[in-house]
Amino acid sequence: MHQQVRLQSAQPEELVTKKASEMRRKPRRSSPWLVNLMYLPALILLAVFIFYPFIQGVRYSFTNWDGYSEQFRWVGLLQYQRFLSDPDMLRTIVNTFIYGCGSTFLQNILGLAYALFLDQKIRGKGFVRTIVYLPIIISPLIMGYISYFFFQYDGGAANDVLHVLGRAPVDWLGNGPTAVWIITFVNTYQYMGVAMIIYLAGLQAIPREFQDAAAIDGASAVARFRFITLPLLMPAITVSVVYNVIGGLKLFDVIVAMTNGGPGYASQSLSTMMYNLYFAREDAGYAATLGNIMFLIITVVGIALLIALRRKEVRL
Amino acid sequence: MNKKLALIVTVLICVLHIIPFFILLNIAFKSPHDTSSKWLTPSYLYLANFVNAWQNAHLDSALLSNCIIASTAVVSVVIIGAMASYPLARFPTRWNTVMYTLCIACMIVPALTILVSLYKLVVDIGGIDTYWAVILIQITFSLPLTIFLYTGFLNTIPRELDEAALIDGCNRFTVFLYVLLPLLKPVTATVIILVGVFIWNDYQFSVFFLQQPGVQTFPVALSAFFSQYQNEINWVAAGCLISILPAVVVYTFLQRYFIKGLTDGIAK
Repeated sequence: MHQQVRLQSAQPEELVTKKASEMRRKPRRSSPWLVNLMYLPALILLAVFIFYPFIQGVRYSFTNWDGYSEQFRWVGLLQYQRFLSDPDMLRTIVNTFIYGCGSTFLQNILGLAYALFLDQKIRGKGFVRTIVYLPIIISPLIMGYISYFFFQYDGGAANDVLHVLGRAPVDWLGNGPTAVWIITFVNTYQYMGVAMIIYLAGLQAIPREFQDAAAIDGASAVARFRFITLPLLMPAITVSVVYNVIGGLKLFDVIVAMTNGGPGYASQSLSTMMYNLYFAREDAGYAATLGNIMFLIITVVGIALLIALRRKEVRL
Repeated sequence: MNKKLALIVTVLICVLHIIPFFILLNIAFKSPHDTSSKWLTPSYLYLANFVNAWQNAHLDSALLSNCIIASTAVVSVVIIGAMASYPLARFPTRWNTVMYTLCIACMIVPALTILVSLYKLVVDIGGIDTYWAVILIQITFSLPLTIFLYTGFLNTIPRELDEAALIDGCNRFTVFLYVLLPLLKPVTATVIILVGVFIWNDYQFSVFFLQQPGVQTFPVALSAFFSQYQNEINWVAAGCLISILPAVVVYTFLQRYFIKGLTDGIAK
């Protein structure tokens, strides 16, 4: 049976060369089965630290476990029902989607704009690229602190500007909705370089002749962008959008650094809420439930976007 | 496009993106008693901030932790990942295809979603506040991407090369060791940069598994420092500056590789 599978899946040229090589020198060859041992270390690590905890996480979500004691009761779907009726959760889910979709939208619009600008012959192009890309190598937590200095109420850099303009200071991070958008904005600032570089590479892969031909035919710059650049850029858009959405939906560090979910629960995302439930409120069963829901949301949104965007891609 | 307009836009973009770092520098070099605006550069350099941050945030041990964890994890990921990719890329039997799909599926699982049971597991195996547990976890969560990159690259190397080596007397293992491994250099650079940046900056694992000051990495040490000295923002700023310095210096010298490596990793 096993050999049959091997035969079916073997490449034709592999079979031919196998024969040829056996005729020539009969090299000692270990069977592919033995070679498969090479991924054993990776498999063990993945099994122990991802698969096993994942299954355990699903189990814990059906219990009322507190996170440290040995005893817990099975409560069935109670934690999931609790999630649906929890008044704090609506805010949390909305925030998670603002972090995810808001920063994806901003990152891609800005990244595309920057890429279109840098795709021309411009002096200092390399320098701009370096600067815009720099925040990516910095820990998001530290980026959060740097932004905190900017938006803090007392003597923050943003309020200094307002002061010079003769306006009253604004408590940027003390107001829930504003804080959520500022965090989204900080995440955008930090990772828009990724979108920019992806689009820049995508733009450079589009043959110049297309643009030139369309220009000769009388297409305006806007029409050229709409009907030539954009469709050919679709693969880059897919990659960038899916990557950013996943990154945004699981945003954690920046929120911890800037507001720690506050004021109250106003800027919590699913990830910070889960952390809070587990370590501060010792509500491990509920935290595990949240983890599973977060996994579900990210997987569904990620795959749905991937399929939807892939459908729009055109081939040359 | 108009040349002058392009220049103005270029300068504007640069200024806009430098502002946060400019502010950080200003705060880090200002005396805590200096209440002037954060936009103003101090006319003096107040280095006591750095001394205070270095001592109170335990940045010396943080630097050591970061180096130990990042270097061990990155080296291990490269070895384990490259090894695993060879059978997965070269012998796509039905079983191996399943294995590969399973590996790649792990890329979507954000680590945070399994935090509760992962933390429990680490507690059970006595891994809290130890380097080895964090290193193993960092390796594990970097593996899917690493395997993805290595198999992708291996698929671009013609199989005829393997066959030729086999005829010349190599076995399956030595083909990998002497023929394929040396060819994997470019993708290894990508993996090192991508995984290295991620692990060096990681906060979400380290904050849970490294709770003692002696073993904490930069981000965790800084977050503890920040919650303790929230009002001494000059110290915190100095600490932030110290901890981003190594990465920024390396980035400035190797930025071409960084941009290429990070983008290759994401775009593929």
